Amino acid sequence: MAVDSYKFLPRSMRAMYESAVAIDEPPAWAPLPKPVERCTIALMTSAGVFLKDSQEGFDEEREWREPAWGDPTYRAIPKDVRQEQIGCSHLHINHTDVLEDICVVLPFRAFKALEAEGRIGKLADEAYSFMGYQDRRLEDWRTVQGPELAARLKERAVDVLLLAPA
Amino acid sequence: MLARVIEGLGIPTVTVTMMPDLAQKYRLSRVVGVEFPFGHSFGTPGNDELMLKVSRAAIQALSEAGEPGYRLDVADEWPVPLAVAYKTWHPPTPSPIVAQMLKRAQSQG
Repeated sequence: MAVDSYKFLPRSMRAMYESAVAIDEPPAWAPLPKPVERCTIALMTSAGVFLKDSQEGFDEEREWREPAWGDPTYRAIPKDVRQEQIGCSHLHINHTDVLEDICVVLPFRAFKALEAEGRIGKLADEAYSFMGYQDRRLEDWRTVQGPELAARLKERAVDVLLLAPA
Repeated sequence: MLARVIEGLGIPTVTVTMMPDLAQKYRLSRVVGVEFPFGHSFGTPGNDELMLKVSRAAIQALSEAGEPGYRLDVADEWPVPLAVAYKTWHPPTPSPIVAQMLKRAQSQG
């Protein structure tokens, strides 16, 4: 079965995305440094989750003032986080299921099972969360958050990043 | 698109997305497609079987992809009727940009 990429979009937006032209840039590619069975894998979601007891939520107030702007910052979420610690600030999706089970966007239980099976080397100690509504040119991510996150991943010996746009 | 930035900084990525066609237009390295509503990349709350299935697909993509442009679609249908799922992924209040677009459309109409 081929996935219908636009099944859950409003009809008016479907045409816009379907007619989008492929970018005129070389494909992204970094090879795995070792077999996946030995890789440390970190998870990342754009669902706007954060730790209620120790982190600020994403900047919704500014987005209300400037609807074309999205908060470019990110949060680190420990893999052993408890559900009651999770907050969510994302103005484009419903939070109900994320607040019931963080694993709908950051599948910690599944990756711990894959680690136990030996299918991956290790689930990284922390996952990452940002708010998916970003400036299309990703200027902040190209110049600030991207290099910062890449350095953080390398410092923690993370081999692969799994991204899950929400 | 963020995957391109991270991959460009030397970190291999795999992207699990509801919009794999768009991910391919962005020329991402390894794409796993799911036909799930937004805000639910891996499944419904407590559905560990589905979460594991999608996660296994991501691992398969990492193992198999030998060059950019790899795509693997997960065949599972969303376990909630479409009309319900469509309605419930939306936020209770339209996002600021959608609210602005609706206001513009109303003023033009």
